[in-house]
Amino acid sequence: MSTTAPKPRVAVVTFPGSNDDRDAALALARLGAEPVPVWHADRELPEVRAVVLPGGFSYGDYLRAGALARFAPVMESVRAFAADGGLVLGICNGFQVLCEAGLLPGALRPNHSLSFVCRDVLLRVERTDTAFTARCAKRQRLSIPVKHGEGCFFAGPELLSELEASGQIVLRYEGESPNGSVAGIAGVVNAEGNVMGLMPHPEHAVDALSGSTDGALLLGSLVDAVRQIESAQPAAA
Amino acid sequence: MRATVLVRPKPGILDPQGEAVLGSLKQLGFAVDDARVGRVVDLELENGDREQARAELERMCEQLLANPLIESYEIELAEDE
Repeated sequence: MSTTAPKPRVAVVTFPGSNDDRDAALALARLGAEPVPVWHADRELPEVRAVVLPGGFSYGDYLRAGALARFAPVMESVRAFAADGGLVLGICNGFQVLCEAGLLPGALRPNHSLSFVCRDVLLRVERTDTAFTARCAKRQRLSIPVKHGEGCFFAGPELLSELEASGQIVLRYEGESPNGSVAGIAGVVNAEGNVMGLMPHPEHAVDALSGSTDGALLLGSLVDAVRQIESAQPAAA
Repeated sequence: MRATVLVRPKPGILDPQGEAVLGSLKQLGFAVDDARVGRVVDLELENGDREQARAELERMCEQLLANPLIESYEIELAEDE
């Protein structure tokens, strides 16, 4: 590999109502990636090695959070990208979209408190062998903010024990969960490990100015993983 | 043809909205034991065939109107005129 390797390209999808797309792009850029903005109406994904679905209120959260965004034209390409093993990270509303699209298990329900929560929370890293957490230490505690009204992760008893058994729970809230999530779940991966969703916002925790840089561990892990893919199979172009 | 779809949180799923409504009703002095809040979707269908319409409505519910993991649905077709 030459030292002037191009920056790893990561798509950041903007739906109507997304509002963390720019923060996600900024954070990825600071971590050495080249964020590539993608509009929800685009049918094709550009040449990228990972896709981030950012936070916000896509389609006004109408019907159910994430329920309408999953039918956006770009989502067909995202689905194919994920099926091909491509790395996909959904943050907050992006997590809701991935659950509604069936790319991640479970569903996100209104917070038990019925209140919108917006504060730093402590997370516990349950797995470090994923493309999204490799920079973390096992059981490391991360301080990352949440800001959502519908972040209560739900899985029925069967699905929950399946997720526990297969190690798909990657992040849990430390102490009391801010939203009533079952088993304190804050982030999950799919069975294959290439699609992850989480309610907290790592892109808001990459600068000491905002109190914590722990979000950089998660997004940095993703950038590392993309670099590894690129060195293994350089882009044809 | 007119149709109505009722979407409800499944039994056992905590319904914070219902709990808030229950609390407020109690505060108003009503004797209420439980409240669950769902969603009503009124539809005007092009399809005039009842069986086809029902099958189509089932698909609408499964694909979009309800999340089968957490919600149940009920389809009501308007009586023929």
